[in-house]
Amino acid sequence: MIPFKKIAVGLLATALTLSLGACSKGGSTSTAAAGSPADVSLWTHNAGNKAELGAIQTIVDDYNASQTKYKVNLQAFPQDSYNQSVVAAAAAKKLPCVLDIDQPNVSNWAWAGYLAPLTGMDDLLGKYMPSTVAKWNGKTYAYGYYDVALTWVARKSVLTKYGIRIPTIDAPWTAAEFADVAKKLKAGGEWTNPIDMMTGGSGEWWPYGYSPQLQSFGGDLINRTDYKTADGALNGDKAVAWAKWFAGLVNDGYMAKKSGADPQADFLNGKSALLWTGSWAGTPVRAKLADDAVFLPPIDFGNGPKVGGGSWTWGASTNCANAQGAQDYLKFAAGDKYVTKVAKDTTNIPATDAAAAAIPGYEAGGINDIFRQYSKKFTVLRPETPGYSYIATEFAKAAQDILNGAEPKATLDTAVKNIDANQAANNYFQ
Amino acid sequence: MTALDKPLRASARSARTSRRGTSVALAMLTPAALLMAVFLIVPIVLTFGLAFTNSRLISPVPAKFVLFDNFFRLFGSDTFWHSLLNTVIFAVIIVPLQSGVALGLALLVNGKFRGTNFFRTVYFLPVVTSMVVVSMLWMFLYQQDGLINVLLAKVGITGPDWLGDPRTALFAIIVMSTWQGVGFHMIVWLSGLQTIPAELYEAAAIDGANKWQQFANVTWPGLRSTRTLILITITISAFALFTQVNIMTQGGPLDATSTIVFQAVRTGFQQQQTGYASAISLVFFVLVLLVNLVQRYLTRDKEVSR
Repeated sequence: MIPFKKIAVGLLATALTLSLGACSKGGSTSTAAAGSPADVSLWTHNAGNKAELGAIQTIVDDYNASQTKYKVNLQAFPQDSYNQSVVAAAAAKKLPCVLDIDQPNVSNWAWAGYLAPLTGMDDLLGKYMPSTVAKWNGKTYAYGYYDVALTWVARKSVLTKYGIRIPTIDAPWTAAEFADVAKKLKAGGEWTNPIDMMTGGSGEWWPYGYSPQLQSFGGDLINRTDYKTADGALNGDKAVAWAKWFAGLVNDGYMAKKSGADPQADFLNGKSALLWTGSWAGTPVRAKLADDAVFLPPIDFGNGPKVGGGSWTWGASTNCANAQGAQDYLKFAAGDKYVTKVAKDTTNIPATDAAAAAIPGYEAGGINDIFRQYSKKFTVLRPETPGYSYIATEFAKAAQDILNGAEPKATLDTAVKNIDANQAANNYFQ
Repeated sequence: MTALDKPLRASARSARTSRRGTSVALAMLTPAALLMAVFLIVPIVLTFGLAFTNSRLISPVPAKFVLFDNFFRLFGSDTFWHSLLNTVIFAVIIVPLQSGVALGLALLVNGKFRGTNFFRTVYFLPVVTSMVVVSMLWMFLYQQDGLINVLLAKVGITGPDWLGDPRTALFAIIVMSTWQGVGFHMIVWLSGLQTIPAELYEAAAIDGANKWQQFANVTWPGLRSTRTLILITITISAFALFTQVNIMTQGGPLDATSTIVFQAVRTGFQQQQTGYASAISLVFFVLVLLVNLVQRYLTRDKEVSR
């Protein structure tokens, strides 16, 4: 009861501050002289993230200077409380005009009526990588400036020492080859657990990091034809094979059931030989290992290598007095110039080819180009259904339980039962 | 006339002052009452209502009444029974453990010797440290290659993965919670100890009572009301176990550390099922209410029989 109460209080307090903020803003507009630009409020999750917030502020400043009809006001929130703030604001009908949204939430918020579809941007967004454009029910709701990709990080010297083939994007490791790699590394005796898949992570990392492996086995989080049931996808033979492989890494001593607090530091300190992580590791790992660092493609378990996709994206809300201004800003902000700016400042994979060409490292053959190629070639988006956030929690729990020794088939069956019940309880989000 | 007048006037004045007293009291009460109503009473009433609906955190569809569906689903869920069992185990172990250790510490620092204040401060330090920080620190201690296992290895014991093993995870959380909370209850015991008059000990000593007899016949009876307070506060905080679990284990491994409050928060916020989470909270409310009624009944009963 007590924490629950605290959260309720927190939510109410957020709502109160928001409404107060809105009041003061409303006050300033009404006193402004006629003919002054109309307010377009913009929310971002970037408070405390200097690089990204600075880039977004630049776009907003450029937009405000480029025309006199609208004035965009940026308000930054810390990421931890951002989603709660948006949900509270939606309940109070105080949503901002423009907001950024974590890609897996887009369909949920679109279904809930928070988001307005983006119109007249198909040409612009056609140049974006598919994983950076968030769609639901055939409509585009948001776009993002960047994406991230998954990768195996290793030392070239270690792989050579153990006679392990260095896989390429065209010839990734197969399941059998990977089993052999794990065996060789373990037999070397240099590491207690040669493989680190960041199993100490929490929350969204589980579906983001491990569902691509499930998909490479041929399973999935839900049947994507009609998003009505997970039966067969998440508990079929292929999903069970994935679960057994995943648990097997722990049972055979290749991987820790729960990795350390900082797996990247562990890898750099030589406590693991292979690290399953994201493209964000590129810069820090290279800083330490220089040319010895290799960023390998995901394993092909039969259905091709897969990586997750979708990061923070921008969209417009349905609760905006100057809806035209919101669309106008989003069109302005979607240009290559700003994709370049944001992707470069955040060192993430740029969404368009033109931006990639303009960012050192992401040009064809550049040191970071490999991440962009993984992203373009292997991305499977997290299921675009409003039920995703529920699916994510169920999958994370099932995967954790399986690593801890739960019976794979029964655990996946329970997850499927819960997911199906949730989809049905919401009338399949029609 | 004048003789009659005086008391009349006096009583009128006193009535006036008491009326003014009442309105002042009301004015002073209002802010607290208002805050309590808005942030405590209203949410609780809302929870009771929401528990019988299929309300969701984010949904364009209005909530519908579904009668007891949430409760049927809850009582059919393995995770709920695990959570309930874990909560009960946690409370049953931590109440005697924490109050016992706290009493021991209080007796130690109650003596008159050099450095009493130093020890009192040291034991109290974890209490003023945020539970989130304490949880993070203990996560490092409990790691497979953490400090605890390194020390155990020195005496030839291979320690388990404390938080990763279903057999040790809840125990690990109990030990860490006791360490964090024990200082507070030590101070409460200490305040109780200092209300016991020194003459009683002198009298007992003259009667030839040894230390143990003094404790059993003077100290322990003298701590009656302190005991009740400690029993009730530890029980309530034990049932509300959440922060440690949320940070250290997220209810795992295999539901070994899931608690009712953790399940309610996970269901309500991560899984967005407000109605179902309200049902869990309602069950929790009834549980805490029952336990407290039983405790109150037991403690009051003894006082009457004395």
